[in-house]
Amino acid sequence: MKTFTVQDPNKGQIVYQDRKRYLWLASLFYPMAAFSGIALYLAFGSEAWLAMPLLMTYGGASFFDWWFGEDKINPPEEIVAALEEDTYYRWLPLLTVPMHIVVLLVMAAFVGTHSLSIPGLVMVALSAGLVSGLGINTAHELGHKKTKFERWMARIVLAVPAYGHFCVEHNRGHHRHVATPNDPASSRLGENIYRFALREIPGCFKRGWAVEAERLQRLGKSTWHYENEVLQSYALTAALQIALIAAFGWIMLPFLAIHNFFAWWQLTSANYIEHYGLLRKQNANGSYEHCQPWHSWNADYFASNMLLYQLERHSDHHAHPTRRYQSLRSFPDLPTLPNGYFGMYMVALIPPLWYFVMDKRLLALPHINGDLSRVNIDPARRTEMLERYGSGAPLQAA
Amino acid sequence: MGTYLCPDCGYRYDEAKGDAHEGYPPATKFADLPDDFVCPDCAVRAKDDFINESTSDSK
Repeated sequence: MKTFTVQDPNKGQIVYQDRKRYLWLASLFYPMAAFSGIALYLAFGSEAWLAMPLLMTYGGASFFDWWFGEDKINPPEEIVAALEEDTYYRWLPLLTVPMHIVVLLVMAAFVGTHSLSIPGLVMVALSAGLVSGLGINTAHELGHKKTKFERWMARIVLAVPAYGHFCVEHNRGHHRHVATPNDPASSRLGENIYRFALREIPGCFKRGWAVEAERLQRLGKSTWHYENEVLQSYALTAALQIALIAAFGWIMLPFLAIHNFFAWWQLTSANYIEHYGLLRKQNANGSYEHCQPWHSWNADYFASNMLLYQLERHSDHHAHPTRRYQSLRSFPDLPTLPNGYFGMYMVALIPPLWYFVMDKRLLALPHINGDLSRVNIDPARRTEMLERYGSGAPLQAA
Repeated sequence: MGTYLCPDCGYRYDEAKGDAHEGYPPATKFADLPDDFVCPDCAVRAKDDFINESTSDSK
């Protein structure tokens, strides 16, 4: 186990061992979970086994989040510079990029060379899509970094789920406007995930494209110039997915359509649960206060964070977006999800259950305390929400 | 020609260099950047938040 040591002028010698250093290999290798269904099908012959990656991830990760609970240990702030410089941590997300490409190729080859029933095909495509959704998470970690190489690798991995606009949109759109009514990627009180998806998916595409077009315009270049970073990633998608159709035939069309959609659905699910109902205060000049840790729902659950490069420590991520996964912090008294992301993704699929679990947590947050003027409310259900949860007066004294 | 620092992520806008990726040519004054300029790296700090490094304590 590597030990980090620094001499701090005030605190003296600080020694830190990162318990999670080698556990991060889980984020690198978890994409291979996609193969579990195929392996069990080949061993035992029943197509029902093809659902294994979905069960493992949605069921297994949620169970282990409940079982292992939260991990609130933070690296000492004085160690963070050394932690961020350590190339071992940098390599893991970079090496995850080829992993995602291999998973899609293997899953496609399996579909192309086996005659499966329709449910069997759907299970393989959903499993591949689930893992490519993790690919968007890999792109997310890399796309926030400052080096050209990491940003290029983000574009490459985004080509797998055909979501090339994500990094531009996420960094310059979502982070800037998060937890405001202007953000298509921040969900609102009373908005269910299905209506959210119809706002989020097209809204983010349009905003990502517009942000990149604006940058190219400043450079005096056409929107369709090869330097368009969204188009670069889409071009890789076209090459990859057309090659799969050429190699394995028309069966690739439904396979890739389901794969792409379900990968997007992973991101939609994450966006849905990460900022539900949270609202930044508007300043007198119309701008919004800086994004604070309580403008994101945080989840410190150990198990699923190990699969997601600590994405669930979302409060610190939004407050300081360029911080690397290994140095993200947990803070006390944050808006906290009652289970990890995969468990909450399942809750979100059933809107009445989601509202039952989340609305009371939202309204009880210390900075809201029942005051609906501090909540991002779905305009279509504003009257209903005001009637249900009061007219804006605090529910009770804190 | 001055330099301006993002107080969150440490991105530095150097007027002498501009920012080629963002489309700001060398010698573009910080004051001439668009009003809706945000930090190109973290995007969570706006033009008003940047610290002018040539003055001691003003933004």
